[in-house]
Amino acid sequence: MRSSRSVAHSVSLKVDSCQMDSDYENLGGCEPGQVFLLQYSGGPAAGCPDTLELCEVREGTATSQHVRDETPGEEQISSLRRNHWSAATLKVLSAMPSRTAGKSSAAVISRRSRPQRHRTSPRDSSQPPRPIQDDFSEADVGEASTEGAAGNNFWFTGNKKEQLVSNLRGLSASEAMRKLRALPFCLADKMELRRLAFSDVATGSLISRNVPCYSFLSVYISRTWRHCLFSCHSVLGSLHLWQLSTKRLGGRFGTGVVSYFLFLRMLLRLNLLLLVTNGLFVVVPQAIHPPPLRDSHLDNFIGLNLLTGTGYLSQSVMFYGYYTNTTVTACQAALSTARSNGGSPDLPVRDNDRCQTVPYNIPAAYFYTTAIAFFITCIILVYSISKSFGRSFHVLKSNRNLAVKVFCTWDFKLSKKTSVRFQSEKISIQLKELLSEMISGDERKSCLQGLGHLVVNLLTWAVCLVGITLGATGVHFLSETTIRRGAVRETELLLLSAAVSGVNLLLPGLFNLCVWVEKHDSPSVYVYVSIFRNLLLKISIVGVLCFRWLGRVAVEPESRDLKCWESFVGQELYRLLLMDFIFTVLYTFLGEFLWRLFSKQVLKRNRKPVFDIARNVLELIYGQTLTWLGVLFSPPLPVVQIIKLLLLFYLKKSSLIANCQGPGQPWRASQMTTLFSTLLFFPSFVSAAVSIAYTLWTIKPSSGCGPFRTLTTMFHSGKLWAQELENAHPVLSWLSWVYNSLVENPVFLFLATGVFLRGRTKGSSSPNCKPSVNNSIWFPLIDE
Amino acid sequence: MGNKQTTFTDEQLEAFQDCTFFTRKEILRLHGRYRELAPHLVPLDYTNNPDIRVPLTLITSMPELKENPFRDRIVETFSEDGQGNLSFNDFVDMFSALCETSPRELKTIYAFKIYDFNRDNFICKVDLEKMLNKLTKGELTPEEVTLVCDKAVEEADLDGDSKLSFADFENMVSKAPDFLSSGST
Repeated sequence: MRSSRSVAHSVSLKVDSCQMDSDYENLGGCEPGQVFLLQYSGGPAAGCPDTLELCEVREGTATSQHVRDETPGEEQISSLRRNHWSAATLKVLSAMPSRTAGKSSAAVISRRSRPQRHRTSPRDSSQPPRPIQDDFSEADVGEASTEGAAGNNFWFTGNKKEQLVSNLRGLSASEAMRKLRALPFCLADKMELRRLAFSDVATGSLISRNVPCYSFLSVYISRTWRHCLFSCHSVLGSLHLWQLSTKRLGGRFGTGVVSYFLFLRMLLRLNLLLLVTNGLFVVVPQAIHPPPLRDSHLDNFIGLNLLTGTGYLSQSVMFYGYYTNTTVTACQAALSTARSNGGSPDLPVRDNDRCQTVPYNIPAAYFYTTAIAFFITCIILVYSISKSFGRSFHVLKSNRNLAVKVFCTWDFKLSKKTSVRFQSEKISIQLKELLSEMISGDERKSCLQGLGHLVVNLLTWAVCLVGITLGATGVHFLSETTIRRGAVRETELLLLSAAVSGVNLLLPGLFNLCVWVEKHDSPSVYVYVSIFRNLLLKISIVGVLCFRWLGRVAVEPESRDLKCWESFVGQELYRLLLMDFIFTVLYTFLGEFLWRLFSKQVLKRNRKPVFDIARNVLELIYGQTLTWLGVLFSPPLPVVQIIKLLLLFYLKKSSLIANCQGPGQPWRASQMTTLFSTLLFFPSFVSAAVSIAYTLWTIKPSSGCGPFRTLTTMFHSGKLWAQELENAHPVLSWLSWVYNSLVENPVFLFLATGVFLRGRTKGSSSPNCKPSVNNSIWFPLIDE
Repeated sequence: MGNKQTTFTDEQLEAFQDCTFFTRKEILRLHGRYRELAPHLVPLDYTNNPDIRVPLTLITSMPELKENPFRDRIVETFSEDGQGNLSFNDFVDMFSALCETSPRELKTIYAFKIYDFNRDNFICKVDLEKMLNKLTKGELTPEEVTLVCDKAVEEADLDGDSKLSFADFENMVSKAPDFLSSGST
């Protein structure tokens, strides 16, 4: 069996979704459409984009240096004809312009050295030729060539052929093979070269000559490994949530819209993390040992409870009041003793002396889980900001991408008609985006127009600010009224949440109107202004609500007859999230679907409403802020948020496809992603973290319920637990010392985090774009 | 390997192996594909190198190429007569040059050839416009197309002749950064 190739090969002009490779043995098994998916490797797993690099690296002589030419050749094409090279070869050769021919055969293009980045540096003095690659020298491109820049210097001539042949002879077999394959000649000519160069040296293929026996095993192993990898690849691909949908949407509507969906996905992951930590460490331990006291008249479950969070739900695992301030114990001995006895495992162990209890301190767990979850989320957010900032920094730096986009974005792997259409659309949209940015700076305005513009801007800003103030004041007023009124009916509880959601729904419409009136030049200014106004609105609403909870309800719980103010706050947050979702659904249905019908039938216009990215993103951020605020008071709250996000994805997607068009002015998403992540971190997460920290450190928990009921602040639970631990195991006193210095001097913690993140940021914002264009002309990574 | 095949002699297969990025089996598969395109034209026995050419229209009906906007140019580039009629050698050459293991430099050369519609060894604005129209399939207005072409040439042209020579093209392509997925985590 000739599995003797020691290099990785793959041929693929293939259907883009098919990633399989076929075995060397069962080539016949592939259907005709996939015959070119032959892929096996003689080396380490050569994943697609890296195949080329691996090839080069493994062959050892890959990093060929630029060998500078010494003498340019200036011979004419007539000498080419003398040697009867085929027309195709001549054509190809004649297209090698303005390269100084090497001292020998500059027709062969050797690999450039990978670390070389300074493409436009002036030519160095020629280096001493190295034994292996020197003969195939290469004229450096992209430099100000001093030898004639016209396109018609032919750099391959008649007697160069002899030189080529002799050079090939001088190389080792694998190197010669590599060079031969890389020649841009037609196959017949290459075969002739091969015949001339190697006929007298050896018979048989070049390859079989120098592959030692022991490589068969490695080839076999690596092939099997690649098989496994590819079969896992399809499974892993399906786990990457919504990847195909987002690609389709990007093809149709542009990268801006896709950034919304990707942001949604990131939020989903964050919430999953929260859920897992809370679930494992807080909810499950308490659920296994439910609290003893229950108010029996709240046991009836009615549908409205799902909406308001009161009644049955108020005593469920959902809210703070469920959790006790005890140390629950788990009996661990049953299984282990049964096993050690060798007896049947279903022998019940009633011997309590043998029960090894694992104490689990619920208040400490509650406190630490919340704190650590927030800390981890903080790290993740800052990391993702630094990563996306690094990327957008790249993009900002090289604003000469138009040519590259034109030439290098086509994915030649695509062969399905729909994929091709999507790719065309996507490229068109990206080109339009780039164009709009480029030409936006070109226009000039007259003085009067500028003044008029300024006045209009001031007016619209005034209107927006007034709107925001009115909204916030309204919510505040309503909140104060409900506080003063005391016990209310259940339906009235919904009033505040409905009011907040209503304000959140209507005011962005006003902002859109203002932006439409203003008529900015550049499309990204529209977006930034819109985002800023929406942000102001959300901040003021959340601020008012936080004041209500932490400034009024928490401080004077007796004024509202509240036995458990934390549960009350948790319920309010729950209601807010639900109402938000209901109103979003209503808006999507009414605002987009019905409006489209209306404008089509009644107004007889064919324009679909535009997908408002700014508004939608800020709604997501708002929802996430509420979730973060609520995690302390309602540990399973991320479940609600996750369900909401999942439903929202499909809702928005179908609404987008059915009703909306992409943004009229296409704008670029790379900076938007950074912006969204920054907005998520800075106003949203930081404010939630600060509020939670304030609650934990300062506010007195209610004395009748919850895991912190006997303490002066929630933070004390952590301290107490550390104390207990130290008493029980004096060996761990160093741990409590660490804890004290970390927590009581949070400066230390922030310093450590800062150092870590600085290292990350440095790494990511440095230009680490490897010149790994390798396949990007023909097989580029699709710009997602 | 023990595969008794009579399509090629062993020497031919070895020559193919050495000069392309394919193995024997892949060459045989390719021959099978080539033959499928025109079974009455392409003989099974290639041991004496028959001079058979499959016309352009049949080649571009292959599923890999059918939807590719540049299929005509690709096939024309690799054909000896420039009209797109490929002999088996050209056929193999085409797939070998386009496969993933073929080096970037080789692909750059052929990319340049493919994009050079009028075959004057330069990518001029006319070539670019044709290319862009094929790429975007009429999604851009003619003014936008002209604008993109002007700007692209402006960006990439180093020697100031308002058309792209191979040197300009290669330089521009080498600067292509990683096309980063926007926001994908």
